[in-house]
Amino acid sequence: MSVLVYTENWDGKFKKLSYELVSYAAGLAKMTGSSVTAVSVGNVDQAELKSLGDYGALKVISVSDQNLSVLDSQAYAAVIAEVAARESADIIIIANNNAGKAIAPRLSVRMKAGMASGVSRLPVSLNPFTVYKRTYSGNAFAHMVIKSPVKIISLAQNSFDLVKTENTAVVENVAVSVDSSLVKTAVKNVEKQSGKLLLTDADIVVSGGRGMKSPDNWAPLVELAELLGGATACSRPVSDEGWRPHGEHTGQTGKIIAPNLYVAAGISGATQHLAGISSSKYIVAINTDKDAPIFEAAQYGIVGDAMKVLPKLVEAVKEIKK
Amino acid sequence: MKILVCISNVPDTTTKIRFAAGNTSIDTTGIQWVINPWDELSLTRALELKDDAANDIKSVTVVHVGPASAEPTIRKALAIGADDAVRVNAEPADAYYTAAQIAELVKKDQFDVILCGIESSDFNGSLTGGMIAEFLGIPSVSAVSGLKFENGQAVLTREIDGGKETVSVPAPFVAVVQKGIAKEPRIAAMRGIMTARTKPVKVLEPVACEPLTQILEFEKPAPRAACKFIDAENPGQLIQLLQNEAKVI
Repeated sequence: MSVLVYTENWDGKFKKLSYELVSYAAGLAKMTGSSVTAVSVGNVDQAELKSLGDYGALKVISVSDQNLSVLDSQAYAAVIAEVAARESADIIIIANNNAGKAIAPRLSVRMKAGMASGVSRLPVSLNPFTVYKRTYSGNAFAHMVIKSPVKIISLAQNSFDLVKTENTAVVENVAVSVDSSLVKTAVKNVEKQSGKLLLTDADIVVSGGRGMKSPDNWAPLVELAELLGGATACSRPVSDEGWRPHGEHTGQTGKIIAPNLYVAAGISGATQHLAGISSSKYIVAINTDKDAPIFEAAQYGIVGDAMKVLPKLVEAVKEIKK
Repeated sequence: MKILVCISNVPDTTTKIRFAAGNTSIDTTGIQWVINPWDELSLTRALELKDDAANDIKSVTVVHVGPASAEPTIRKALAIGADDAVRVNAEPADAYYTAAQIAELVKKDQFDVILCGIESSDFNGSLTGGMIAEFLGIPSVSAVSGLKFENGQAVLTREIDGGKETVSVPAPFVAVVQKGIAKEPRIAAMRGIMTARTKPVKVLEPVACEPLTQILEFEKPAPRAACKFIDAENPGQLIQLLQNEAKVI
């Protein structure tokens, strides 16, 4: 028995999310009395693979095959299933992100393993195996029982703290036979901004809504985000108007994020917006309307015009950075 | 070419969720049921593609797994423009069960393109689409924000971390779609509402399948502490609190 964790890499590197997954898997292994094996697909160097040991992986299985250079959900699911069988894994942990959402449901059917997605805590109970998961876009949480012998959990990003361990991982390079006829996804073009902090990875997010009045008023918001080492986001009307790029839209139909700090400037806080940000650890609201629903979700609030308040916040942050 | 759009019947996204029966289910009193927002966008895109004769799309079918009470939602999809509908007469016990039912239909009726929303706004699973594809052993592309056909070949745009990729896959395939696939959901016109009444809704009995998961109970998210207000004239105080009290900056 073991807990298998799929650790995706980004150009050969892991990130905080990877270590959150391993920390979660280690917490789970402690509960079940088993051990953690991580599986990595693609070219990742030994030092990077070994770093997963710092968070509790005893073994790291590295699979690289030229047929896996493109994310083909069918091929990836087949490879992870093969590793899971080899390791007699009874629990598989995966991220609830783009890649995880592509691979995990296929893995679930392939292994006849029940799956719970968007889990944010260690299981409530092991018998029956019950997890705590997000439902109704954050308006409710469910206790879900996974009944199958093999179980899959997708972990919500930034929901589980990193736990360092005194542990050294053994790295095994494994050749998994990838049937090239299985790879049916052909990539024709990639548009990617590298080096930019991803909204979903940011610990601090400064976000603007219609209360910002015009796309020309964004400078202090961007400056505040930069000073705090964070990312910028926006509400749906703002991206629909084309004031900000669509990739910045946070909310039910946009990105769902869980930063440590979310600053909502000129956002009233419609249910659909809150669905995308309600897992943030702290929410700051700046709005002219003291009755705006965003203040019900926020821990800190300023009733005022975001366009006047933001420049003052920028000055105050500069002051403490001196 | 035949397109199948999978639709889920969910509470309107502004619904205040309340529970019933000792928190084991949700209280459906007064709930307005709608087509899951992402499924509505998939349907819109399917119809846009069918409107272009060059794509040679013969039909757009919607499928729903659920009891007869979901009929109004299915009729709405027909009013928006789907040609026909299939309802699998069963409670959608979990994603695995639901996907098994839809996979069975695809096997029988040979659809070329199967569209699913990236999640349903009730269970937020992001599971059904990928599961259907694995049941059928066909490709699936997730986080799809664009779909078109070039010389009969499907060209999809999918979101990746920090950008997007253009990919192609051979049919039949499942596309799991998200925001961007269509600009605005198409709205049913009066004519559509009239003709929807006479469009065929085929009711199928489910195939045997054991669900793998079960919801025991629901709970409300932990209440947040009341908002602490800071004077708009002195926002520096906020920065102090974020630094010293919340310790997030």
